[in-house]
Amino acid sequence: MSPTAPSPAITASGLRKSFGEKVVLDGVDLTVPEGTVFCLLGPNGAGKTTAVHILCTLLRADGGEVRVVGRDPAREPDAVRAAIGVTGQFSAVDGLLAGRENLLLMADLHHLPRAEGRRRAERLLSDFELTDAADKRAATYSGGMRRRLDLAMTLVGEPRVIFLDEPTTGLDPRSRRTMWQIVRGLAGRGVTIFLTTQYLDEADELADRIAVLDQGRIVASGTAAELKRRVPGGHIRLDFLDENGRAAAERVLEAATRDGDLALNVPGEAGVRALRDLLTRLDEAGIEVDGLSVHTPDLDDVFFALTGHPTTETESSDAERTAASTAASTEAASIQKESVR
Amino acid sequence: MSTLSYAARDSATMLKRNLRYSVRYPATVIVSLAIPALLLLLFVGVFGGALGAGLGAAPPGGKYIDYVLPGILLMSIGYGASSTTLAVNRDMTEGIMARFRTMAISRSSVLTGHVVAALIRTLASTVLLVAVALLMGYRSGADAGRWLAAAGLVTLLTFALSWLAVAIGLSAPTAEGTVGFTLIVQLLPFISSAFVPTGSMSAGVGWFAHNQPFTPVIDTLRGLLAGTPTGHSAIIAVAWCAGLAVFGYLWAGALFRKGSAR
Repeated sequence: MSPTAPSPAITASGLRKSFGEKVVLDGVDLTVPEGTVFCLLGPNGAGKTTAVHILCTLLRADGGEVRVVGRDPAREPDAVRAAIGVTGQFSAVDGLLAGRENLLLMADLHHLPRAEGRRRAERLLSDFELTDAADKRAATYSGGMRRRLDLAMTLVGEPRVIFLDEPTTGLDPRSRRTMWQIVRGLAGRGVTIFLTTQYLDEADELADRIAVLDQGRIVASGTAAELKRRVPGGHIRLDFLDENGRAAAERVLEAATRDGDLALNVPGEAGVRALRDLLTRLDEAGIEVDGLSVHTPDLDDVFFALTGHPTTETESSDAERTAASTAASTEAASIQKESVR
Repeated sequence: MSTLSYAARDSATMLKRNLRYSVRYPATVIVSLAIPALLLLLFVGVFGGALGAGLGAAPPGGKYIDYVLPGILLMSIGYGASSTTLAVNRDMTEGIMARFRTMAISRSSVLTGHVVAALIRTLASTVLLVAVALLMGYRSGADAGRWLAAAGLVTLLTFALSWLAVAIGLSAPTAEGTVGFTLIVQLLPFISSAFVPTGSMSAGVGWFAHNQPFTPVIDTLRGLLAGTPTGHSAIIAVAWCAGLAVFGYLWAGALFRKGSAR
């Protein structure tokens, strides 16, 4: 790190944790500079939640050095707790209390003066579009509303460091986008954010730096662009009406590989410029394309590229992950298709 | 503000939260008040004649309600403990306990809030139960001092069972996991001196009934309220309560500090 960089909000070196025989964290090193968004990316069972639990004082590490806002979570838990806010994977709201009451409960526990507590609660309700539901029991909220209330409760104490453990898992696409906007807003205010996710696009959208966690080890870290450069798998798929069309296209596009009977995969970044160039070349050669779809690298590609094996524990996460990544890529693809067909 | 006053303030916040449930969901409160009252009606009105007649050593005046009230009081304390277990368990499974544990609040306040709320709820229901009993013809020969001593013992038992309930609620992975405790707390009074003297039971059952913690408490309450000597059952009762309270308190504290992976 350069000497001018701000002091790190979170550091860990050689972090280890086992549950019985099972090694969950096997020497994790990470540094999160103050005011940045850091993303720990990995499949289910990679150890993301365990790492968060150690950093936010819920678990003790077996070994390694950890500092959060310069303090050791094991030795000075209250100093760490006073500076952090945690929104876990399982929403931690009081379902029997109304949304507003949940926020006021947090205000009381932060020892805020009554008027200040009310002011913050109302502001958060309106920021998170919960004002209309403020007097309804949290148990009646939708998944997205619960998650927003959960995060709002975390923010009542105005923490300097926020941990978000899979903040969008299980949310519908619209709620995910709302959550992303909220996280961006927080980052814009200089709050340090430690985010875990199993979605590559989420890390891409939000994080300044990404670390990929696999079987308890960091296998790669860097910016989203740096990681993507190491990840092949992004390509444009072209569908043709007949074999002649494909053969003609193959002569024009040297890098293309065959995919199925009447399709070609053109590797590389699928940006607007690349697409336009590609279509122009096909047009100039007079080649008719039946369909086109854009494939962005997903977590499987990242893992395969970085670890040589696909995501390790996929049974429960697979469906969700596929749903989310296809939602993102089909969205892009359908726009392109409309303009092509 | 000092650490101690923060602890008191956090505990008050948690207490307010727990009592708010009772106000918000009066049905729960009404049921927890009504069940012991119904049991009293059942045992006095339905079984009372037969059981009372079978009690050779019924107190002078011989009314069964005088004999059975302490046992029903214990049952209502048991019901209170069951709902405390469920409330604590809900906090665990909903994840809000994990949130509390990541906040800079007094460690003890979360559990203290539950225990104090349990004390208030349970003591209110026992007062109501005594009022119902008085309407049904219960008469006590006790003076104010003995009433006070009885109230003290009821409070002590409630305190002990509440800490135990909190520990069970923290330890059970799901609400179903608390059923065992609920069952034990609600069945123990039947195998005690609550409804019939332990001497009238078969040898093994009688021995258990005589030596389990509820019997000395019931015998002491009965003695205090009837104005008769309590013998050494008072000391045994207090010892049981104190022991259970310390055990429950330490167990709950250890579970809370350890937390769960969730």
